[in-house]
Amino acid sequence: MRAACRALNDHMMSTSNTGFDSGNVNVSASAEELEVLQTSVASALTRHAYGEHALFSIRLAIEEAVMNAIRHGNLSDPAKTVEARWSVGAESATFHIIDQGEGFDPAAVPDPTLDENLEIPSGRGLMLIRAYMHEVRHHGLGNHLEMTFRREAVA
Amino acid sequence: MASETPRLRCSSQGSVLVVEFADRDVLDDVAIRQINSELVRQIEAAKTVHVLICFRGVEHLSSAALGTLITVNSLVKKRSGQLRLSNIKGTILEVFRITKLDRLFQIHDTSEQALAAFPKS
Repeated sequence: MRAACRALNDHMMSTSNTGFDSGNVNVSASAEELEVLQTSVASALTRHAYGEHALFSIRLAIEEAVMNAIRHGNLSDPAKTVEARWSVGAESATFHIIDQGEGFDPAAVPDPTLDENLEIPSGRGLMLIRAYMHEVRHHGLGNHLEMTFRREAVA
Repeated sequence: MASETPRLRCSSQGSVLVVEFADRDVLDDVAIRQINSELVRQIEAAKTVHVLICFRGVEHLSSAALGTLITVNSLVKKRSGQLRLSNIKGTILEVFRITKLDRLFQIHDTSEQALAAFPKS
């Protein structure tokens, strides 16, 4: 709880003249700051009149990206944090999720929808991010994920 | 006989253990770990072999929660029972479809339909 309050205080948020809301929060291994991040992003999306499905999609993608970064990137090391930078405008919302791990090859992640993988309990985060966001990029060694949701792409 | 646990509401209907979530979001790791251990405990303690998980009121679900459902499915199958899911709202049903888990799980619109589909003992 204390960590969550500290996260709220540390969470740098701003609204620029160009009509973008943005923020930056460091999420620890316990993920206590994740709810602060989710709440701030949801407020910005609501301010920009994004619909319910957009809010659902973005909330899920952030959850999956940050938890992947903590678990698979930082290997749940309590000394490491995940940096989450976000920017919400009228037409799109972009998120950068950066961990302090050694990166990975996104192409090497097994397809969880294959029959032989269907009963494996983990490994669905990245495919959900790709399904719900319109652009997904991996930078550097793979430890920097950039994902964008475009509002006009929603039916 | 109904029992309350912090994350789940469990009751027995005939040969079926009926489970509902107390929270609208089944997302965060701590909650999912608790749900996982509560579910396993409830299933192992239950006299029934079949399990119905009703998603009434659930608004969000993460891949970690899907992992828990897969674990529970394996446990129930090992006990020669069936797991059925019901009352999943459209946005969450889409998550099952995207991950193709709608092929693994038996999903019903309502808990009544799910209960009627279990084998009669």
